[in-house]
Amino acid sequence: MTLALLNLSWPVFANGLEFGGIYALMAVGIGLVFGVLRLVNFAYGQLIMAGGFALAYGAQWGLPNWVSILFCFAVVLVLSLVMDRLVFRPLRTHSPAVMLVATFAVAFLLQNIALLAFGAYGKTAGAFAYLNAPWDIGGVEIRKIAIIAIVTAAVCLGLLQVLLTRTSLGLHMRAASMDFRTAQLLGVRAGRVIAGAVVVSALFAAIAAVMLSVADFQITSTFGLSDTIIVLAGVVLGGLNRPIPATLGGFSIGFASGILGGTLPSNQSQYLASFLFAAVIVVLLLRPDGLFTRGGASVERL
Amino acid sequence: MSLVRRLPELFVPALLVLGTALLGLEVSSYLQSYFLDTLVKVAIVVALYVFIGNSGVISFGHISFVALGAWTAGVLTVPADQKTAIMPGLAHFLIRTNVGNITSLALAAGVGAVAAFLVGLPLMRLSGLAAGIATFAVLEITNNVLTFDQSIGPGLNAFSSVPQTTGIWQATIAALICVVAAFAYRTSRFGRMLGATREDPAAAAAAGISIYRQRLLAFAISGGLAGLAGGVYVHLLPLQAGGLSLNLTFITLAMLVVGGSGTLLGAVGGALAVNGIYSFFSAATNTVDVFGWHLTVPQGTAEIVLGVLMALVLIARPAGLSGGRELTLPRRSARAAE
Repeated sequence: MTLALLNLSWPVFANGLEFGGIYALMAVGIGLVFGVLRLVNFAYGQLIMAGGFALAYGAQWGLPNWVSILFCFAVVLVLSLVMDRLVFRPLRTHSPAVMLVATFAVAFLLQNIALLAFGAYGKTAGAFAYLNAPWDIGGVEIRKIAIIAIVTAAVCLGLLQVLLTRTSLGLHMRAASMDFRTAQLLGVRAGRVIAGAVVVSALFAAIAAVMLSVADFQITSTFGLSDTIIVLAGVVLGGLNRPIPATLGGFSIGFASGILGGTLPSNQSQYLASFLFAAVIVVLLLRPDGLFTRGGASVERL
Repeated sequence: MSLVRRLPELFVPALLVLGTALLGLEVSSYLQSYFLDTLVKVAIVVALYVFIGNSGVISFGHISFVALGAWTAGVLTVPADQKTAIMPGLAHFLIRTNVGNITSLALAAGVGAVAAFLVGLPLMRLSGLAAGIATFAVLEITNNVLTFDQSIGPGLNAFSSVPQTTGIWQATIAALICVVAAFAYRTSRFGRMLGATREDPAAAAAAGISIYRQRLLAFAISGGLAGLAGGVYVHLLPLQAGGLSLNLTFITLAMLVVGGSGTLLGAVGGALAVNGIYSFFSAATNTVDVFGWHLTVPQGTAEIVLGVLMALVLIARPAGLSGGRELTLPRRSARAAE
């Protein structure tokens, strides 16, 4: 077995795939918004955090699980639209660097509102903790959530691919992320495209919130923060402005951190973040459009 | 513009710093700690301004150099007999080396400048979004290494037992050094060249200015000032690696953005005003008296107020409250002087 040669066990491999899947969804969420708005949303992690708190309240109120999940989706979606309306829209004409600082501010704002409202220990979202139990598959025990996460991510990414390639909204979104101005001149409605990207991105954040809350069910104001920082690195590694490279970037960084976190001794794995971000810097310098993009990079002209 | 006309650009911020220091001398020692903290923040924000303000390139990475300066000054001044107790994994030559207060600050500035130069060598080729993300990566790497590498510092623990030499004068002098250095750089030919690349990169390049070299110089200078601020900071408080990361980056950037990143007055005024507001709400978590009212706010209020303020300023006045203008003497008095 190749896995045995690499000194990997199936559960660690499944763990890698699980994180790969979740991070790929988050990466596409960040990448879609970047594509249409040229905005790297530092506050994406706080959308996931809000989703986590929605799940915790669902558990506290004794809602059935599917209602909790719907509530989580609603909260993330509303917050995302409000963020777009109040912050991103007024800043749309500013430089990417100003927007980056603004989303940084929003991220901190939301995180501290959560700290204020829910305290330093946060709340518990234990309704899905049973998914940490393993399923026995051919003598190998694999956590249920790993399989659920892999399947969900695959289905979501497949649906997104259908949306992007088979519908007119998808066509418009792809056109807008190539060249917003030209797309607008050709009759693509800016508001519709941006709303589409924001909504899909929020849905993926909500899915990530549900799945991350399984292993990490103590929801605090920093829920999802470290994951988002790693995903940001992954999106840059893959290539920001197209969905497939962004997905691959997010998947590989999730897979790599899942596998390395599971196999390296802790005195090495603690420096994982350093290696990931060093890789980000190298990629930014050598291939600013990302690892998984091919040619056709736009040349800036005066 | 003649140097004489530009002098208020130096004196107004310097007087603001001195005024803060004099006010700090008058208040109780409990309140004085807030003034000391404010003066250190002024130094950090002015360091940020030297690079961000003059180049127009965003950097999330400067707190790395503050942290490196703090680590340098801290590790070299913890008393020799306490070093192994606080930092069990410390490298041998660091255990044996001990320096005085002033030397430690100079070394902190030096380490900050060298680190910024080395980081800048590859990074200053980037601008805009890529620069923002790459400098963010630098911040994450520095924080990760300082948190886990126990051979160069206390790791996860707080930097205790560093002699608390930062009183009101040390903090004031450090802030003034940063203000004077920032003014000197801004009015030098290098500062003007960098300003030109910010206004119009293509025209500046066509006039023979190397954007890369000018940015690298500014990055190294601002890294040195950030290192100095870090050294002063560690002599004030038992710092932790976690405290020299995203939070401090956010707070100092908020100060620069609110004040206006394009001007020295904006940097100093923003740092004073925002840290004033921030300190007030931080103190109010343990009740403050305002004209006889007892005000108590929950933890986190200070950050929320700051976040709202920053977002509002970015949306309504992207050039900051100073509007991108320096204070200068009116033209007429300049003519009279000639």
